[in-house]
Amino acid sequence: MVELWDNYLWPLIWIVIKILVIVVPILLAVAYLTYAERKVIGAMHLRKGPNVVGPFGLLQPLADGAKLFLKETIIPSSANRAVFLVAPMLTFFLALVAWAVIPFGEGLVLADINVGLLYLFAISSLGVYGVLMAGWASNSKYAFLGALRSAAQMVSYEVSMGFVIISVLICVGSLNLTAVVEAQRDMWFVIPLLPMAVVFFISTLAETNRHPFDLPEAEAELVAGYNVEYSAMTFALFFLGEYANMILMCAMTTILFLGGWLPPLDIAPFNLIPGPVWFALKISALLFIFIWVRASFPRYRYDQLMRLGWKVFLPLSLAAVVIVSGVLVAFDMVPNAAAAG
Amino acid sequence: MSFIDRHLRSFLLAELLQGMWLTFRYMFRPSVTLNYPYEKGPLSPRFRGEHALRRYPNGEERCIACKLCEAVCPAQAITIEAEPRDDGSRRTTRYDIDMTKCIYCGFCEEACPVDAIVEGPNFEYATETREELMYDKEKLLDNGARWEVEIAQRLRADAPYR
Repeated sequence: MVELWDNYLWPLIWIVIKILVIVVPILLAVAYLTYAERKVIGAMHLRKGPNVVGPFGLLQPLADGAKLFLKETIIPSSANRAVFLVAPMLTFFLALVAWAVIPFGEGLVLADINVGLLYLFAISSLGVYGVLMAGWASNSKYAFLGALRSAAQMVSYEVSMGFVIISVLICVGSLNLTAVVEAQRDMWFVIPLLPMAVVFFISTLAETNRHPFDLPEAEAELVAGYNVEYSAMTFALFFLGEYANMILMCAMTTILFLGGWLPPLDIAPFNLIPGPVWFALKISALLFIFIWVRASFPRYRYDQLMRLGWKVFLPLSLAAVVIVSGVLVAFDMVPNAAAAG
Repeated sequence: MSFIDRHLRSFLLAELLQGMWLTFRYMFRPSVTLNYPYEKGPLSPRFRGEHALRRYPNGEERCIACKLCEAVCPAQAITIEAEPRDDGSRRTTRYDIDMTKCIYCGFCEEACPVDAIVEGPNFEYATETREELMYDKEKLLDNGARWEVEIAQRLRADAPYR
């Protein structure tokens, strides 16, 4: 009995506790990201944003959440019930499961696996399935068109994202996310790899279907894209999943280019602040840019979007892989060169 | 040269950054939102809101049942029936405006020779039922009594331009 507890039950409970410690703040962050988005865009439009529910409208996300909880879930009669219901769960699940490998601070990571970067990339690619399933199962032309667009767009931009990630990992010599951050102790990768950081950031905008690449949700033509037929909690799961994905992508950018939990300068006032705080601050700054971009730019046309993905970003990131590896070999700076022989 | 300039600008995202800088500056400007039920925007003296039938200062109703407003009304929202009163003067027995038909063009106000029917400054008269928007003479006279001060002031302000 004691053996059962020690070997199986306690580790299980401990892992569940750790998961809750990660997931609950993320969901809260998602809720307040929607609030921040409305406030910031409001300010940029010279409006006020939500200001009625609670002081400064701070309880607005809770009111929205309560509303979505209490509404009726409507399943269209012609929809494929099982797939229709699985799609939002899948989106939500994938948005959260990726956080397992994100290091919040030195050693603060749920699963410190050696293929962390690959895992992140794989999970974010799987996100397409939730969208495709939703669009197909709704049995509606708007949802289907939205899903097609979304899938094509996410797949296109993943290619250049993959090459950017490769150019980073050539500099690091490891796929472990903790190692990626540690490699930036002397200099954040955003400085030597600035063009790649910009390409990566723009690709994450497309990957999360955000402005100016939010064609899957183009209100004017597609009503709301792949989630037109969804209501109440099924819609809420999509919404939470999308916003959690935004935060995840910003976390990924932070880890790859902005030095993760490392302070900007390793001197007194900066390195006294704990790592997770730096990490959260960097993610917040990137999320602010996400929102800022949304407030600034009109939507891309679909062919422009594809042109940017395949004819600009792909050659650019491919060239970057060649140039970065060339420079590393030429100046004999290849990491783990001894280990590789 | 212009080729290089153009491609350099697009490669460095120059125009995108300019646009973002603009929105960033706008973020710190004061917002123009009116907190509606508590704050309201200014109304022109010519604002065409809810209708009212006015009376003379001695309490006599102005309307003489000439039916010019009924005739001019493009939406045919006004219905008037008239009979001579006991003292021989001509007055309406019925003066109905269907507010759901009215297009708020203000022709009735312009047609009126005695300034009896006017469109007042009130625009907050939403109702929960359709029937409540079928205004009769009593309701219109009541509006006139309630808004007389504002209506008189508006007519004075606009008089030089009529």
